[in-house]
Amino acid sequence: MKPIQPIKKNWYHYLWIWSVFYFAMGFFNILFAWLGLISFCLPFIFAFGYGTKDFCNRYCDRGQLLRVLGGQVGLSKGVLMPSWIRSSWFRYGFLAFFMTMFGQMLYTTYLVASGIKELSETVTLFWSIRVPWEWAYTAGSVEPWQAQFAFGLYSLMLTSAIIGIVLMLLYKPRSWCAVCPMGTMTQMICKLRNKE
Amino acid sequence: MVKVKRRRAVISRDIYVACGSCEDVCPKGAARVIRGSYAEADASLCIGCGRCEMVCPAGAITMEVAE
Repeated sequence: MKPIQPIKKNWYHYLWIWSVFYFAMGFFNILFAWLGLISFCLPFIFAFGYGTKDFCNRYCDRGQLLRVLGGQVGLSKGVLMPSWIRSSWFRYGFLAFFMTMFGQMLYTTYLVASGIKELSETVTLFWSIRVPWEWAYTAGSVEPWQAQFAFGLYSLMLTSAIIGIVLMLLYKPRSWCAVCPMGTMTQMICKLRNKE
Repeated sequence: MVKVKRRRAVISRDIYVACGSCEDVCPKGAARVIRGSYAEADASLCIGCGRCEMVCPAGAITMEVAE
């Protein structure tokens, strides 16, 4: 698509660097995946605390990455997604699916913490494809559940990033934002908080 | 006399996702995300350039001829 730049460049337009840093560090040491909790907590802080989606609007590192790759580098086709992907039922359905998978990840962490399950040193892509990732973890460096949570969170982050990049390539740069579970949740919070 | 039809952005509240892309690219600051819920395009500022429509991932923005 024809590159469309932001009108005024701000420091937060460079937050895409954090995304690249996050995935690169997780490749070498999976414990860095814990930093992903920042991206989970900040949207809620903005939504509950201020009733805004400022995180999505400005500080989302993934949004900035997709904007740069799709809009600035020009990798995006710039086509509008099919209406069924943009529909409310898909958006809320994807949120429900995502939350179920997040819950399952937490349950697996619990099972490892209670000794029922062994630590799996793999990154699971698309909730089904197990990719060996053992080089990124030194056994015994932390409690097994802490490592399990890191592997789980990294899997979730990487899977959603890949989906976001595929959507960016095929459609508009920030197409992921139209289905992003965090965006959906924070918009719901904002609407409720501001009594829409 | 030639009559010039002005276009302006119209934003649907039903499918808007409040990602802020429109706000980011609007050259006149007409498109604004309101309380994280929806967006509005100030008709007095909108110049109908269509940049917001091009970046909106939800397809919530359309350019319409102003009355």
